[in-house]
Amino acid sequence: MNFDWIGRESDTIVVLLLWHIALSVIPVVIGLAIALPLGWAAHRSGIFKSAILGTTGLLYTVPSLALFVLLPPILGTKILDPANVVVALTVYTVALLVRTVSDGLDSVPVETVQAATAMGYRGFQRLVSVELPVAVPVISAGLRVAVVSNVSVVSIAALIGTQQLGLLFTQGAQLQFLTPIIVGIVLCLVLAIVLDGLVVLLNKRLTPWVPKVVHA
Amino acid sequence: MIDYLIDPAHWTGSDAIGVLIVQHLVYTGIALLVAALIGVPIGLYVGHTGKGTFLIAGVANALRALPTLGLVILLVLIIAPVFASELAFVVPSLIVLVLLAVPPIMTNTYAGIRAVDASAVDAAVGMGYRPLKVLFSVQVPCALPLILSGFRGATLQVISTATIAAYVSLGGLGRLIIDGRAQNDYDQMMVGAVLVALLALLVDLGIGIIGRFAVSPGLTRRRIRSATRPTTPSPASSALVAP
Repeated sequence: MNFDWIGRESDTIVVLLLWHIALSVIPVVIGLAIALPLGWAAHRSGIFKSAILGTTGLLYTVPSLALFVLLPPILGTKILDPANVVVALTVYTVALLVRTVSDGLDSVPVETVQAATAMGYRGFQRLVSVELPVAVPVISAGLRVAVVSNVSVVSIAALIGTQQLGLLFTQGAQLQFLTPIIVGIVLCLVLAIVLDGLVVLLNKRLTPWVPKVVHA
Repeated sequence: MIDYLIDPAHWTGSDAIGVLIVQHLVYTGIALLVAALIGVPIGLYVGHTGKGTFLIAGVANALRALPTLGLVILLVLIIAPVFASELAFVVPSLIVLVLLAVPPIMTNTYAGIRAVDASAVDAAVGMGYRPLKVLFSVQVPCALPLILSGFRGATLQVISTATIAAYVSLGGLGRLIIDGRAQNDYDQMMVGAVLVALLALLVDLGIGIIGRFAVSPGLTRRRIRSATRPTTPSPASSALVAP
């Protein structure tokens, strides 16, 4: 490890880290916003369910590097445009979360829905104030997987040349120099752990009724 | 892109498209085989005995966060001096591919065994089956859908990462994308991307078809139920006692 290098390059590293955070988090937010209505549609109708889950499953199959290359002509963007990375990761997030949202809504006990209906909750209101909150634990489990894997997938975009921590890997490879690679891996891991922790925290805040269980 | 594909020069020589496809499949196959040899026995052991559950969950989560590109490059830089020949980048790349393929295979094998209906296991024990016979005649066949879905996830991960490993000179379809980027040859990159995507889709489809034939028809009922909550072991399974 060359700590002088870290000191000299710290400004660049911080910029790359900020880009990495933006590129990992924004797709999750957009992806969740798209996955909620789609997951609800899949949850509601049997015919749509297999169609929606089938299509999103297919999208999830496309390797990330291939998607980064295929998107520019479809979107009309330049290959270095960060928008490609955002769209690609949004696609993966949606693919992952649609199933989770649908599973989460499926997991709401029938009795709970019936009780809400009996108390006068209807349609959209019941969905937002009863069904979605009860589904939060399942949805946030999917969200954790999405956030953590996004942090790793974003770095692959360095092969195309997009700004983020992955550039430390390609730089290290070109210079035959281990320090930037180790710095990049450590920062990615820390970022993944922090973002994962934030989702867990958010889940706890949103579901105060769930008893605090000590896991072994 | 079509011009690139129909140009006969791209179909001959050491980096012909056909050769790259075969290389990609061979690396994927080797990595999956090694990963299965490691992941399946561990998953079976932990699933059958219930020992070491925490280990499985921890390893799987930690590995998901590891940036694969960084890992490949790091291992190549460390291991490359040890080998003189082509192995210098093949070995580290394969290590990373195996490392990524083990967790999904291991966790799904474990989850599959745990999710087997406890009464089926009880019945087998009651009929006098020995532990190994219970495992291979009852638990494994019942767990097959989940085990196969673990292989499916591992295969996608490996095909995707093998593409990235082209950056450290590994053969395979990633070559077209990486070389195309270096030469600013967008057609070449597109061909690589489309072929990798098609390869992943076809292999995925293949595993799905294998599953349809390999999984006992008597399980279809269980498969529908397990499809909604794939990793939740049935609550009764903790009562499972191995004599």
